[in-house]
Amino acid sequence: MSRTDLRSLLSSRKWLLADGATGTNLFTMGLESGEPPEFWTTGRPDDIRALHQGFVDAGSDIILTNTFGCNRHRLKLHKAESRVPELNEKAARIAGDVAEAADRPVVVAGSVGPTGEIFEPAGTLPYDEGVEAFAEQIAALVAGGVDVIWIETMSAEEEVRAAVEAARRVAPDLPVVATMSFDTAGRTMMGVTPVRCVELGKELGLDAVGSNCGTGAPDLLAGILEMTSADPDFVIVAKANAGVPEFVDGEIHYSGTVEMAGAYARMALDAGARIIGGCCGNTFEHVKAMHDALVGYQGGPRPTIEQITEKLGPLTQGGQKSGCAHGCAHGAGEGGTEGEGRPRRRRRRRG
Amino acid sequence: MSGNEEDDDLDLRELNDEELVEQIQDDLYDGLKEEVVEGVEILLERGWEPYKVLTEALVGGMKIVGDDFRDGILFVPEVLLAANAMKAGMEVLRPLLVETGAPKAGKMVIATVKGDIHDIGKNLVAMMMEGAGFEVINLGINTDAEEFLKAVEEHNPDILGMSALLTTTMPYMKTVIEELEKAGRRDDLIVLVGGAPLNADFAEAIGADAYCRDAAVAVDTAKELLKRRHNQRADA
Repeated sequence: MSRTDLRSLLSSRKWLLADGATGTNLFTMGLESGEPPEFWTTGRPDDIRALHQGFVDAGSDIILTNTFGCNRHRLKLHKAESRVPELNEKAARIAGDVAEAADRPVVVAGSVGPTGEIFEPAGTLPYDEGVEAFAEQIAALVAGGVDVIWIETMSAEEEVRAAVEAARRVAPDLPVVATMSFDTAGRTMMGVTPVRCVELGKELGLDAVGSNCGTGAPDLLAGILEMTSADPDFVIVAKANAGVPEFVDGEIHYSGTVEMAGAYARMALDAGARIIGGCCGNTFEHVKAMHDALVGYQGGPRPTIEQITEKLGPLTQGGQKSGCAHGCAHGAGEGGTEGEGRPRRRRRRRG
Repeated sequence: MSGNEEDDDLDLRELNDEELVEQIQDDLYDGLKEEVVEGVEILLERGWEPYKVLTEALVGGMKIVGDDFRDGILFVPEVLLAANAMKAGMEVLRPLLVETGAPKAGKMVIATVKGDIHDIGKNLVAMMMEGAGFEVINLGINTDAEEFLKAVEEHNPDILGMSALLTTTMPYMKTVIEELEKAGRRDDLIVLVGGAPLNADFAEAIGADAYCRDAAVAVDTAKELLKRRHNQRADA
């Protein structure tokens, strides 16, 4: 089967299934702690192929390349910043081969993760250097033949802007998707709300925005509800972790079961997400469970926070941080909470 | 003094001590580096002890920043800007604090553990701890047990902080604690752990003293546990 374009697939299907975890599954295959997964693209390409194949077999319509940390700033920490072009292009080709061999259309999404640096003025990375780094990575992904640029796990608005600018510069016609991680009191670490993320997607003309990683699935779905109430028509991506990591007998296990993955997928759909998948902790079995739960599902009413927590467990970012139950804050404020909280005397000096 | 937003020429020298301390705290909150430095210098000119400037103006101001961060009112960018302003103020005070032999809140060694290269959260903790008057030795990322141990021997800290963002690297914290035990240094230290995938159960399971959800909680926990330890020692 030949590859397909995300836009035509979205127009012909009610939902699309993305893939699951990269790191979690590579660790099962023997990736050592501290070893960057990107090195396996050339070091153990058969395992990367098997990773993609596992998700395609589980039913994924979209697979993400093994390039999450494949920008010069991240690779520099492994003294491999010169390998950006090689690793990205090769990773795109491996995923492309798997997609082309599938018996149905599969989209290859070029994963672009954060630089790990904080942009100016709060941090030290100048915006233009951010754009340069992303452009280098995206150019190699495009050379390797990706179908969509998939910016993910972002926290800062300016970093999303930099990555999108790079994508437009390198491949003006390619679809671009951006997902952020809402892990701090219902916002990203840098303070971006789910609603703001949708506004950003509209402003930048993205094909979809969404939420990935962060804390558990219940919190992620609460953010999806905010996004879809901000604009019910924008394409929203939900890619939740399989529960939260737990430490049992010296090893880490994710609390999210395969059964919960099916329930999560249906609730994500009912919450208005069009592209559904998993992030950390999601194995092939989890993704297969999402697939089986979505196929033939007629859909249901928009879930409430109570229904979500009843099926998937408690919210983890709730009241402790916002001083108000998560559900309450989401039900009432709908993102317009900027400037709320305790009033503070502000006597700014200028000039 | 109108306190009006239009008033560009707020002269810090026209403020009395109490107003000036509040203004420094506000400027710290807004991340206004030069204004914080100027305020600190004026207090010193007025004969304030460096230690008093530190605790009342800077540490007091950072406490408000930390509380609002903990409560989800401020986020990382605002905290970083405030911490930078604090740092600028500290640079004025540091030599004077040494000169006058001012007391220290405590000493901390902090690092991201072996295999992990994520440092945003850890650096935030380091900054907030400095903001609370602690001396912080930041070992950076990808730090193994041997390096932790060496730093403990060299700096003799009150607190050891470990950070991990990955589920695959968080178990290494246990290794570090075991090595500290073997070296007979574990009981000298308060061990604090943090990072996105961690929780209190994990901290307990590996034998840390506490899990800290964010940088503000780390500061509060460090102070609380240090106080408790001092009291225990006083009782003993």
